[in-house]
Amino acid sequence: MAPQTRKAAIVGGNRIPFARSNSAYAQASNQDMLTATLDGLVARFGLQGQQVGEVVAGAVLKHARDFNLTREAVLGSRLSAATPAYDVQQACGTGLEAAVLVANKIALGQIESGIAGGVDTTSDAPLAIHDEMRRVLIALSSARTLRQRLEALAGVRPGMFVPEAPRNAEPRTGLAMGDHQAITAREWGISREAQDELTVRSHHNLAAAYERGFFDDLVTPYLGLTRDENLRPDTSVEKLAKLEPVFGTGDPDATMTAGNSTPLSDGASAVLLASDAWAAERGLPVLAHLVDAQTAAVDHVHGGEGLLMAPAYAVPVLLARNGLTLQDFDFYEVHEAFASTVLATLKAWEDPAFCKERLGLDAPLGAIDRSRLNVNGSSLAAGHPFAATGGRIVASLAKQLHEAGPGRRGLISICAAGGQGVVAILES
Amino acid sequence: MGDWYRDLANSGVGSTLVGQLGLPRPAVLRRYEPGAPLLTGPAVVGTAGAGRLRETLTRVLEDAGVTVLPGVDDDGGRLAAVLLDATGGTGPADLAAAYEFLAPAVRRLGPSGRVLVLADPPSDADSPAQAAARQALEGLVRSVAKELRNGGTANLLVVPADAGASVPGPVRFFLSGRSAYVDGQVVRLTAADVPAGEDAERPLAGKVAVVTGAARGIGASIARVVARDGAHVVAVDVPAAGDKLAEVANEIGGTAFQLDVTAPDAAQRLVAHLRERRHAGVGPGVDVVVHNAGITRDKLLVNMDAARWNSVMAVNLQAQLDLTQALLDADGVLRPGARVVCVSSQSGIAGNRGQTNYAASKAGVIGMVRAWAPAFAERGATINAVAPGFIVTEMTAKMPFGTREIGSRINSLQQGGLPVDVAETIAWLSRPSAAGVNGQVVRVCGQSFLGA
Ligand SMILES: NC(=O)c1ccc[n+]([C@@H]2O[C@H](COP(=O)([O-])OP(=O)(O)OC[C@H]3O[C@@H](n4cnc5c(N)ncnc54)[C@H](O)[C@@H]3O)[C@@H](O)[C@H]2O)c1
Repeated sequence: MAPQTRKAAIVGGNRIPFARSNSAYAQASNQDMLTATLDGLVARFGLQGQQVGEVVAGAVLKHARDFNLTREAVLGSRLSAATPAYDVQQACGTGLEAAVLVANKIALGQIESGIAGGVDTTSDAPLAIHDEMRRVLIALSSARTLRQRLEALAGVRPGMFVPEAPRNAEPRTGLAMGDHQAITAREWGISREAQDELTVRSHHNLAAAYERGFFDDLVTPYLGLTRDENLRPDTSVEKLAKLEPVFGTGDPDATMTAGNSTPLSDGASAVLLASDAWAAERGLPVLAHLVDAQTAAVDHVHGGEGLLMAPAYAVPVLLARNGLTLQDFDFYEVHEAFASTVLATLKAWEDPAFCKERLGLDAPLGAIDRSRLNVNGSSLAAGHPFAATGGRIVASLAKQLHEAGPGRRGLISICAAGGQGVVAILES
Repeated sequence: MGDWYRDLANSGVGSTLVGQLGLPRPAVLRRYEPGAPLLTGPAVVGTAGAGRLRETLTRVLEDAGVTVLPGVDDDGGRLAAVLLDATGGTGPADLAAAYEFLAPAVRRLGPSGRVLVLADPPSDADSPAQAAARQALEGLVRSVAKELRNGGTANLLVVPADAGASVPGPVRFFLSGRSAYVDGQVVRLTAADVPAGEDAERPLAGKVAVVTGAARGIGASIARVVARDGAHVVAVDVPAAGDKLAEVANEIGGTAFQLDVTAPDAAQRLVAHLRERRHAGVGPGVDVVVHNAGITRDKLLVNMDAARWNSVMAVNLQAQLDLTQALLDADGVLRPGARVVCVSSQSGIAGNRGQTNYAASKAGVIGMVRAWAPAFAERGATINAVAPGFIVTEMTAKMPFGTREIGSRINSLQQGGLPVDVAETIAWLSRPSAAGVNGQVVRVCGQSFLGA
């Protein structure tokens, strides 16, 4: 018999302001940022010395030494050292997937509380050594005699000293993520103007949220940063129009610029989840509940689907399971990997042919009320430290729903490398 | 932060040098450490008049394990405290008894010794002669404070006829190391329901305390001391100081609440936060509120721009008014026996060149506290102001050497105070046993020569 389940509560969150690559956090490691973020969460909710059920977090760009990143961050934090932790990794879906994992264990009664998080640095990213150089070094370390050692060293060539930087490219296609998205943008006819408009709204919404103090209990300053470094409150469609395209530039009508694409960023986020009883016992609020979640994947290699289109597939499954329509939400959080990702996804849901042929639906999901979309800004303005984005969105949406009152519903949609998508429903 | 001069004056060679040059010799003050006794030696209690509080004083001392000597001449040892109950006097003739008791006793006072005088309120006197005698004690005590050396302090408690039950808490404070930098002060008590049985080491256990401006400086020290005394601290500071605020909260097992106290909805958000959370497992609400957040934007009046004027008023005065009003208005948020302590400043009493805005705001705090005291008394609560003098902080460390040296020496204790001195005074006013201290302004200034 399946055990009784309950919905996990979202108590609150914390993140550090997101920095642009090689800037304010250039000297900070993933472990540093995740530890500071956990400590900010501990301070906000008075968790000093307390044991939470589990801490689940991850990073997309990870050093080999960080094999136990989350547990090490816990040990460096003010949480009880008796708090177990593990790492997860699902590309840009990491943060949301971590929240789903924690919520599921809470739902099953396996834990009463947990923290889900994510962190990424593009400044302190791991550099791999050349594969052949690595082979030489392995041979060298297993050599027993001087002669064997000299032989091993004789294999060294100057080119092997050049380190291999991590590439933001799909392993199976060799295309940068932006170049993949450029294909999708062209297929769906997403205009440059529409992308720039969405970008401006993201910056303006994020700036307004900061101004009204919305982030006062969601963000803790770090290393001198008090707001997201990428935020441009005064940006405009005119200013963005001046930027040159940077992706899909083989196309004379390329539309994707550094403005309407997320920049490489550094940062971390964490969300505190719990059973209602655990929160009540400690006098902590319940902002919202995580109702349900779904993942999907598409074949962007051979299947003719866009790399970042998986959420378009995940959402209808989630809606059907919960007896909801796409219009049954008060707020939508669609991760802005690129402005065109959001626009292509929304367009796909409105498209009868796509919905019928690809999603197998009788009728399209339809349009959403755009005034409910990313109301407090999203990744285009805040930046996108890959694994940290999910936690940013879950905590902000939960707070937004709480402010709107009980019974409000929000939809989260996050696309991820490898043709994946993670989506979830929150309800206040 | 070190006091180089005090350390030099107390070193071997330095001490000789300071003596030969006739320079002041600032003492290392006796400051409270958890577990420390109330006094480090015996005390003596005298009367000048009928002395209706003598028994209370003796009991407070004996309960704290202090040896109470029957008189001054019994042995040749040092006294840790000299207490004079001057209540029940009729006219200036009674003052002679005060002088006769104090002179030999004060001569025997040991390092960081305490002189504490209790008197009737001049305003309640039956005759001008009686009022004169009562008022005279103020001059006496303030002068003794100036004569004491070696870290000694002298303070006066004014006790109306019906306020006898309010005496023990304040007496303990003024005798203890918690009042190290409180000197030459007059505190008037009022009748109040003083709860019995306070835990001496954790008097604030089970209480929730909000401390604004807690990310650093005096506010961080207040948060630490109030937490040490048992309270769950909700540490408040501007969002931009959130990282330091989180460190303070984590150090003391409190919670960080990032809030600009001047935000238009600050009061509403504070109230909502206190309603939503059950801090320290005790129902919603707050027991202690410390308005410490403050800023300076110095300029001579003639050069003062509106931004400087307005920002200082907004943080130092308007926010204190608005938050306090909101807490009073919000049903059940300010819990029974609540304590509000407002940080004022010596500048608000003495004025200070270049600080018209700051001094106005800090004087305003004093007016506010006095005006609100009766309403607080009605709900069994209190509101008081603490006015720090020269307190050694990161801010004063940045002052030019000369200004800093002069600023820190022009007081009876010949040194600057520490943030913890302000914090201890605030923690005392926050205690249940300080129920009879309401509408008072307590200076923590080592009896500064400014505005005295
Ligand atoms: N240091 C002294 O010698 C001295 C003397 C007299 C009075 N005071 C008073 O003591 C208090 C503390 O002073 P300090 O020396 O520790 O100063 P400080 O500048 O070190 O600390 C003040 C704190 O208040 C916070 N703050 C300022 N504006 C705020 C706002 N709008 N909302 C929330 N927090 C805000 C600051 O961020 C800071 O953390 C102030 O009220 C000050 O006027 C200090």
